[in-house]
Amino acid sequence: MGAGHGHSLHFHGHSPIHRLPAHVKLTTLVLFVLIVVATPRTAVPAFGAYVALLLAVAAFTTVPWTSLARRMVVEVPFVVFALLMPFVAEGPRVRVGPLHLAEAGLWGAWGLLAKGTLGVLASLIFGTTTEPRDIVRALEKLRLPQPIVQIASFMFRYLEVVTGELRRMKIARDSRGFQARSIRQWRVLAGTLGALFIRSYERGERVHLAMLSRGYAGRLPFARQLTATWGDWGRALTLPVAGIGILAAVMFA
Amino acid sequence: MSTPVLDLRGVAYAYPDGHQALFGVNLHVHRGERVALLGPNGAGKTTLVLHLNGILRAGAGTVAVSGLSVADDNLLEIRRRVGIVFQDPDDQLFMPSVRDDVGFGPANLGLDAAEIDRRVEESLRAVGMLEHIDRPPHHLSFGQRRRVAVATVLAMEPEILVLDEPSSNLDPASRRELAEILDALPVTVLMVTHDLPYALQLCERSVILSGGVIAADGPTAAILGDADLLAAHRLELPFGFDRVAPRPSP
Repeated sequence: MGAGHGHSLHFHGHSPIHRLPAHVKLTTLVLFVLIVVATPRTAVPAFGAYVALLLAVAAFTTVPWTSLARRMVVEVPFVVFALLMPFVAEGPRVRVGPLHLAEAGLWGAWGLLAKGTLGVLASLIFGTTTEPRDIVRALEKLRLPQPIVQIASFMFRYLEVVTGELRRMKIARDSRGFQARSIRQWRVLAGTLGALFIRSYERGERVHLAMLSRGYAGRLPFARQLTATWGDWGRALTLPVAGIGILAAVMFA
Repeated sequence: MSTPVLDLRGVAYAYPDGHQALFGVNLHVHRGERVALLGPNGAGKTTLVLHLNGILRAGAGTVAVSGLSVADDNLLEIRRRVGIVFQDPDDQLFMPSVRDDVGFGPANLGLDAAEIDRRVEESLRAVGMLEHIDRPPHHLSFGQRRRVAVATVLAMEPEILVLDEPSSNLDPASRRELAEILDALPVTVLMVTHDLPYALQLCERSVILSGGVIAADGPTAAILGDADLLAAHRLELPFGFDRVAPRPSP
C-alpha cells in the first residue's frame, strides 16, 4: 500500500510568500498575532484594517480563496462559544431585536471572533505557504528546545503512518460488519484506539532502535539549514510594522 | 586467515522476562562474503541481529566486528561498522526529507557538511534514488522507501550490511530491482530472510539459526538442496521450487 500524497494544509505554489524562508514567516506570524491580541477590542476600526492587511497578503499567495475559506472551518468551535457568550454573560443587558443580550457578552463575543478569525487566517496563510518540514526547520532555526523540535518533526513524519494504520483498522473492522450506531459500540472503538496506541508505542521503540543503530546521540541533524537575507526580513516584517502603525493610529487618534 | 568482519563466539541471550532466545551462537563472516541467515519464526534471528551493533548485549559469549569487540566505549564506531537495514522502512526513515534521512548517520559520525553531501549523493545513486533526494520519505512507494533505507546505512560506509527481510512486502519488480542493487554493492552482507530463492540468488553461503543455535552452515545451494535439513527447521521452498534438479526440456 503506497502512502498518500500531499498534505491537507500546505498548498503548493511559487508566490513571493511561498518563497520567504519559513523562520522569517513564523516570526512575522507570531509578531502579527501578538499585535492583534494586544489591540483593545473596542478599537473596532483597527480590526478592519488588520483584515484588509491579511487579505492583501492572502491575495499575494495565489492560494485560492475557496481553499482558504474551507480551511477556516477549524475556527467553528470558537465561533459557537462566541455566539453563546451574549446569552450566558452577566451584567447589564441591551435589546437586540427580540433578544435581551448581555453587553459584556457581546463585547466578549466580538473580541473572540475578531481576534480568533485574524489569528486563524494569519496561521492559514503561513500553513498553506510553508512546507511542513520547513516549519520544523524553522523551529530549529529559531532555537526552540530540541525535544520540542524533535517531537514536532516526528509528529509530521508519523502522522500519516498512524492515520493510515487507523484507516486500515477501520476498514478491517467495517469489513466484518461493524457499525458504530450506539453507545454500546464504544467498547470496540476504545479497543481500536488502545490497539493503535500500543502499535504506535511499539513503532516508537522500533524507530528508536533504528536511530540508535545509526549513532543517534540526542540531536536531529538537518542537512539544510534555513537562510534568510535582510531583504527577506524586510519584506516579511512589513506586515507587523503595518500592524503596529494601525494600532498606534487607532489608539492615539 | 584475516580477521573476520563478524566474529561471534558462544553468544547467549535471555530477555529480561526470562525467555532465552540464543543458546551459544558461533558465527564468522569474512570480508566480501554474502551470507544468508535463515530460520523459522521465533528462531532468534532479529535478536541475533540486535547483538551485532550493541543494541542488545550478550549474556554470555563475545561479539567482535573487524576485531573490535562490542562495548560501551566504542559503540559509535561499532554502529558505523555494522549497518542494519530494518524490515519496515517506516521505522528507519524518520527525517522530513530523504536528504536529511540519509545524512542522519554521517552527521552523527561528526562528518563535515561537504563529506555528508558527498556520501548522501553517492549512496542514493547506488540505490537509484538520487532523483528523489528532496522528497519526504512518506511520499515514496514502499519499494522506493526500502531502497532509501538501504542508502541510509550505506552512507555510513559500513563494513558489513545487515538486512532484515529485505524482500518482504515488495512486488516482483521491486524485489528484482533490489536484488540487482544489492548484487552490485561491494560490501559484506548478512541477510536475514525467509525468502529462500532470494538467498540462493544473492548469497553463496547460508546459515540456519534454529532453537537459538547455528544448526547448519554451508553453501546455499547445498543447504537448500537438503530437504530433510530444511524440514527439520521449518524451512520450505515455495511451491514449484522443490525440485532442485532442473527438468529436461521437452
